[in-house]
Amino acid sequence: MRELKITPIKNGTVIDHIGNGLALEVLRIIGVKELDRDSTVSLALHVRSQKIGWKDIVKVENMELSPRKVNAIALIAPTATISIIRDFKVREKRAVDLPDRIAGVLACPNPNCITNQHEPLESEFEVVRRRPVVLRCFYCERQVDEFLPHLA
Amino acid sequence: MTLKGRDLVSIRDLSREEIEEILRTARRMLPISEGRRASRALQGRILTLAFFEPSTRTRLSFESAMLRLGGQYITIADPASTSTRKGESLSDTIRMLSGYADAIVLRHPNEGATRLAAQVSDRPVISAGDGAGQHPSQTLVDLATMHEAFGTLTGLRVVLLGDLKFGRTVHSLAHALALFGAEIVLSHPPGLGLPVEVREHLDQMGARISQSDQLHQAVREADVLYVTRIQRERFPDEAEYRKVAGSYRVDATVLGGAKARLIVMHPLPRTGEIAPEVDGTPRAAYFRQAFLGVPVRMALLSLLLGVKAA
Repeated sequence: MRELKITPIKNGTVIDHIGNGLALEVLRIIGVKELDRDSTVSLALHVRSQKIGWKDIVKVENMELSPRKVNAIALIAPTATISIIRDFKVREKRAVDLPDRIAGVLACPNPNCITNQHEPLESEFEVVRRRPVVLRCFYCERQVDEFLPHLA
Repeated sequence: MTLKGRDLVSIRDLSREEIEEILRTARRMLPISEGRRASRALQGRILTLAFFEPSTRTRLSFESAMLRLGGQYITIADPASTSTRKGESLSDTIRMLSGYADAIVLRHPNEGATRLAAQVSDRPVISAGDGAGQHPSQTLVDLATMHEAFGTLTGLRVVLLGDLKFGRTVHSLAHALALFGAEIVLSHPPGLGLPVEVREHLDQMGARISQSDQLHQAVREADVLYVTRIQRERFPDEAEYRKVAGSYRVDATVLGGAKARLIVMHPLPRTGEIAPEVDGTPRAAYFRQAFLGVPVRMALLSLLLGVKAA
């Protein structure tokens, strides 16, 4: 990957093997507003990948992702891997993995669901199927297989 | 296996054995529900009926069930008179109500409301329907009606006719029929088929399901014709409703080629789907079905409250 000419980061997170064209969505999940003001964010779009054909990569300096953000990335980019970089070294590398239950990540697409009615509760979904991912709302039992428009 | 202290939010909360236990208990409740025997089994117990949407049969049959067993009830019949109008959350309302009674029956316009209620209440919560979602106690009544007519549920051929999209009773019923190995035939106006997730769920259960666009044909082989009304109030606009309104009607002609033992069921209220000429025939099971709401709900209340009543 030397030809990418993206500066290595000292501390932060590299999200690799993101499905082609989804880097901006991943960036949206990460939340640019929450970044350290001196941090650099690098995006690489449409990069050749042996594993998935074409991929996107996102590098964020000085940030490690919360489990909730990792779950959101797992929903829209299930092939992604996440590497934690500390002092220029990869300290931890893992594929994103969906837990059996996901809370607070998605809004239920059913407008009549109780989770969309100003009740003091978080949305919660159970994983019905993993490939492709299908979730079911724990409250109204509506199934969801499209996640981008419903990210909380 | 015990039902004591449990909630009934979705028919999926119950195993086949648990449903059978409720139906058995309901049969034992018959003499009490008909007023031929008295019971004080639920004396000193209070049931809250929290109805945030209109209901006649479900509410009255729960009231009757509680009274027949010597219990009492308190009721929210008009949500306009409660503090939800002042902006109180359902969670807070339910927490409060769970301190006032031994169990709560909830009907609410939002899907998932009864699941939320069950989470925050430390008393059993029974769903009486939420939005277009499930209506499990109605399903138990439906199963009791079929069981009374045929002595079994396994192997019955049941035609589900009408609004299978918005009709909440059919979603719960289809699940239960699949659980008991009944055969399901779907017959509906265009655009009113089962929601994709309900159909997928039934397929995953290995349900025997077929589709029939010819009502006469479907009725010929059936044991049960389960008719539902088109849920006008759930249509996004009136024009869409008018396109399908009145597109099916069960009358003597439709039933002409049916087997002698076929029964016609309907969760009621009906709005013209069944011609009055069917009412006086032995096929008409819908008023018996409405009556069986009482013994079935008596069984449910006594089992969830852990009381041996009959």
